[in-house]
Amino acid sequence: MGLTITEKILRDHCQNKKAIAGDFIMADIDKCLANDITAPIAIDVFKKVTEDSKAEVFDSSRIILIPDHFTPNKDVASAAQCKILRDFATRHNITNYFEVGRGGIEHCLVPEQGLVKPGDVFIGADSHTCTYGALGAFATGVGSTDLGVAMALGKCWLKIPESIKFIYSGGLNEWVSGKDLILYTIGEIGVDGATYKAMEFTGDSIKSLPIEDRFTMCNMAIEAGGKSGIIEPDTITRSYLDSVKISNDSFYSSDKDAEYCDIIDFECANIEPQIALPHSPDNVKSISEVHGMKIELDQVVIGSCTNGRLTDLRNAAKILKNRKINKKLRCIIIPGTQNIYLKAMERGYIESFVNAGAIVSTPTCGPCLGGHMGVLAEGEKALSTTNRNFQGRMGHVNSEVFLSSPAVAAASAIKGYITSPENL
Amino acid sequence: MIGKVIKYNLKNINTDLIIPARYLINSDKNFLAQHCMEDLDREFIKKVSEYNYSILVANSNFGCGSSREQAPLALKASGIKCIIAPSFARIFFRNSINIGLQIVELSNIDDIKIGDVLEIDLKIGIINNTTSLHHYTVKKQPVFLQEIISDGGLVNYTKKRLI
Repeated sequence: MGLTITEKILRDHCQNKKAIAGDFIMADIDKCLANDITAPIAIDVFKKVTEDSKAEVFDSSRIILIPDHFTPNKDVASAAQCKILRDFATRHNITNYFEVGRGGIEHCLVPEQGLVKPGDVFIGADSHTCTYGALGAFATGVGSTDLGVAMALGKCWLKIPESIKFIYSGGLNEWVSGKDLILYTIGEIGVDGATYKAMEFTGDSIKSLPIEDRFTMCNMAIEAGGKSGIIEPDTITRSYLDSVKISNDSFYSSDKDAEYCDIIDFECANIEPQIALPHSPDNVKSISEVHGMKIELDQVVIGSCTNGRLTDLRNAAKILKNRKINKKLRCIIIPGTQNIYLKAMERGYIESFVNAGAIVSTPTCGPCLGGHMGVLAEGEKALSTTNRNFQGRMGHVNSEVFLSSPAVAAASAIKGYITSPENL
Repeated sequence: MIGKVIKYNLKNINTDLIIPARYLINSDKNFLAQHCMEDLDREFIKKVSEYNYSILVANSNFGCGSSREQAPLALKASGIKCIIAPSFARIFFRNSINIGLQIVELSNIDDIKIGDVLEIDLKIGIINNTTSLHHYTVKKQPVFLQEIISDGGLVNYTKKRLI
């Protein structure tokens, strides 16, 4: 019996050279990551684990610390959390610490900085670490204790997951993006449809899908309960890797006779832009249905680790250029990293946003988790390009969040209600 | 262990409900416990201490969403010693194991009522409901995970093997 890409990568990162799905392994990790919410506890764990042995961090160049959630520091308490990261990074000579102003949202920043490559085992104390599967790496979210231990040992316990193969066929309809494919998928299988499983995205539609859309799809694997999302690297991956100056990678692929616990086929011709309605990412409907509901909005957010990349901003700018944000709502646009911000400026996107009446924020996770920079009041409705619309996610427990692609979000910001770019 | 049940018969109780992100600016577990589950039940922490509840029973996909370890930490600090649900989201699952919070997968929770007293013996995979006098069989945990829990969590497990 053959192996999946996930089994192969994990087998090559542990001592058990016969390990297959279902086996527990102690995996050697290539990189580990934490942010201002998860690192303080991880650092505490690291100190406890090493207090007797006085061990140092396993490799100061393979630990990545990114303060991005409550930054720029929203208050004294969050400033104290960020200071813990900064002090730890200085003390242990952690070169991949990204200060505010020189970094951005972790899952936009890590690939851009060339810190993840195909074939890696990458763990992050953030659930959306699964984003990097888009490059053919095994990447998964873990907790702070896992991360603290990993910083000491360079290892993490894992159960090799079974895989579900998703096959997408045919060309995408106009205005349909990776975001719509993944929302559609989650709508079909449910928020626990892939619990403990690796979601392997395949098919001719994926073969021609741009890398940024692939990041978006893998980013939301966790919203179906997935342990990871993964796409076999190909020529599109290669050209992205060239752009971030990575050459020492390993392209793994699944064997033809690999074992899957399920195989699910989707015809892309049937998929229009998708909206997730409150309060769950699997409460998904097509835009034509939601358009008819005339859902009026108080806020639109375009950005996040899901949709804060340059293509996302380009898609929004195409729509917002020479138009005006509806006077009844606020539109907040957040470039994912400082580099994306600069490129968006060079290409005139930022000017289009500001002229339209949107606010452009420094890179931050802020509003996605109701942290800051766009928190909702009681009863307010937001359309957001983020990844989760749990009750109270973006603010008051009685506020509502709808999820969409950047193109639909931009069109809706102009109209004032949820609609398709087709209706402009 | 033996304990009294508090139950929320809801699926997909997510990490934002267990501990809203607005409280993640502080990692102190007692601070987190004060706000545990408050967007689902404002009285949670009061009920747990007043009625001495220590076993939380919920429906499937408990703990879905974020990787925040503050979720199981807040539950543990609020006095919960064990969580029983038909299934758990995977990061919540591993976070609970790692901090030594017992979690139990039990496919049918319909029979368990709030206030029931349960006697849990995971070594033999049996739960006795001493209120209804029913018994439930649960899947045994893999040895590897049992070792982490019996060491009191991943920190002690690792320390033992580092020295």
